Amino acid sequence: MTFEDWFRKDRLPHIFCAGCGNGTIINCTLAAVDQMGWKKEETVFVSGIGCSSRAPGYIMTDSLHTTHGRALAFATGVKMANKNLHVVVFTGDGDLAAIGGNHFIHACRRNIDLTVVCMNNQIYGMTGGQGSPTTPLKCLSTTTPYGCAEPPFDLCELAIAAGANYVSRWTSYHVKELEKAVLAGLQTPGFSFIEAMTQCPTAFGRRNKFRQVIDHVEYLKAHSLLKAKRDRLFEEGKEIPPDMFVVGELMRRNRPAMGVLP
Amino acid sequence: MTRTEFWQGNTACAEGALAAGCTFFGGYPITPSTEIAEHMAAKLPKKGGVFIQMEDEIASMASIIGASWTGARSMTATSGPGFSLMMENIGFAAMTETPCVVVNVQRGGPSTGQPTMGAQGDMMQCRFGSHGDYSVIALCPSSVQEMYELTAKAFNLADRYRVPVFLMADEIVGHMREKIIIPDSVEKIPRKELEKGVLPFKAGDDLIPGFATFGKGHHVHVTGLTHDERGYPCATNVNLHHNLVKRLVDKVENARHDLADFSVINPDAEEVFIAYGAPVRAVQQVLHDRPGQDIGFLQIRTVWPFPDFALARFKNARRFLVPELNFGQIAREIERHVNVPVLSIPKLGGDLHLPRELTAVLERGL
Ligand SMILES: Cc1ncc(C[n+]2csc(CCOP(=O)(O)OP(=O)(O)O)c2C)c(N)n1
Ligand SMILES: [Mg+2]
Repeated sequence: MTFEDWFRKDRLPHIFCAGCGNGTIINCTLAAVDQMGWKKEETVFVSGIGCSSRAPGYIMTDSLHTTHGRALAFATGVKMANKNLHVVVFTGDGDLAAIGGNHFIHACRRNIDLTVVCMNNQIYGMTGGQGSPTTPLKCLSTTTPYGCAEPPFDLCELAIAAGANYVSRWTSYHVKELEKAVLAGLQTPGFSFIEAMTQCPTAFGRRNKFRQVIDHVEYLKAHSLLKAKRDRLFEEGKEIPPDMFVVGELMRRNRPAMGVLP
Repeated sequence: MTRTEFWQGNTACAEGALAAGCTFFGGYPITPSTEIAEHMAAKLPKKGGVFIQMEDEIASMASIIGASWTGARSMTATSGPGFSLMMENIGFAAMTETPCVVVNVQRGGPSTGQPTMGAQGDMMQCRFGSHGDYSVIALCPSSVQEMYELTAKAFNLADRYRVPVFLMADEIVGHMREKIIIPDSVEKIPRKELEKGVLPFKAGDDLIPGFATFGKGHHVHVTGLTHDERGYPCATNVNLHHNLVKRLVDKVENARHDLADFSVINPDAEEVFIAYGAPVRAVQQVLHDRPGQDIGFLQIRTVWPFPDFALARFKNARRFLVPELNFGQIAREIERHVNVPVLSIPKLGGDLHLPRELTAVLERGL
């Protein structure tokens, strides 16, 4: 099988805009799932509400498209009630970090055996481009028309602090790395969190001077700071540029986890 | 062999759930329902089930829906403030036709209100609290025995009708202790599994589709968006939405005769009490103190869907008297169905109606 075999063929066309990065992230995730050798009937995709959360509806497994922010709480019920099921969660920055923030930290704390892929487009895509908890300072959105005045969350730092076993961040540019990170997450027992920074040309790029889709992807690439490099800068006592975000495997550990078969 | 116990209502509720085969409890502590969670926390792990204390009631409701899709009989228990938090996901359960049991041991509201005092102020919220049109089933116990029996029954109804079923108890019944007779076993009617080759949200004559349990190869997509019979989102088709919501309502409302659970005493009486939950006990005392046939009584156990046809059993009724621990939530429902006066007898604050308060109303006459 390849990642393509996991799609529902009768659900096209999809709702994503031209140039959206979500398809890339779904492909990377399914390519990793495919390598696990899991059967479709033992794999469940769960999501909340948002463009990113539409992903499970295109996948040919059992899938649960729930309420805004609550995907992890639903997924906790699925996983705890049947530990034989492999449960993968798709979510967005608003879904996970705003309305779902409490469920996020508690799922990390429980270290429950889920793999969570967050498509972070730094905006509320589905509702037309309002600011989210990951919208960078000064960026424009329909609810930050004078530039975002609130500092953003670092979702990976949050996941690490709250207890997740596996944490990685990549972007829609780094497809190979992203696929490998999801695979590592699927293989690690406990809570695995993979943040995929991605472009949203319709709701973010358009308002923030990314004329072309590729301009935004190039931006994500140029502002990715490899973890090894970040560590080196840190050792040398040098400053880390404030507009850069760290990419790479940020945590892999083996703390006691919930929902793992004995 | 049956056995006799002396139990608290909340214990009986938890034991009724266990007897019915509940294997998943997701909850968050709140007075006066907490004993149910505590009992499940002690008992479920030993039976191979799962107890999980979630981070709030939104998550509790979500977790029992997730568990239900794996085929588990799942439940939560809460009170007013937690019940309010559950509303969005209760609507999700209604839309996705997810069987689950929600216990509300009602306390005085609004807001934090009276944590340790009984009330029945959430009767309308349980019927209409989430947005949009839908129907649910709500059962009201008035004794420790009924806490056990109606909880067990709630699981069968949830599986049969694929709806959230509410056990609308109150602090008085939840915390009272009395004798209870435990049966050997309770009836368990399993959920109807989806047949292979049938679309997962295609219903037959009973308007209830077969259940596509996760992990069984159905590859079902479950969404709270308006969906077609395949389960696929289809949120702008006018007729499809109308027909889906109509089916969600009709599958419960059309079954009101099958779902009805009430008892009638002195059907020829002119003065008729109607009660559910704790106030039933006050009316029983009135009848006990005034033997004879002059006072009628309708005890309702299935409050939603409302058994309107039961009212017609009192052909000579000149007046219905409805003691409730709220300002007439069900009295208003009764009014819709009868042509004689309906007198609401509200009592708020946490005390049950005294029998003499009810007889005083009787004596005041029409
Ligand atoms: C309780 C609730 N509040 C608000 C909404 C409206 N809403 C739908 S999607 C969304 C934001 C989604 O943003 P994000 O999670 O970042 O997903 P994206 O669309 O960007 O992928 C909001 C606010 C809702 N569906 N439910
Ligand atoms: Mg977003």
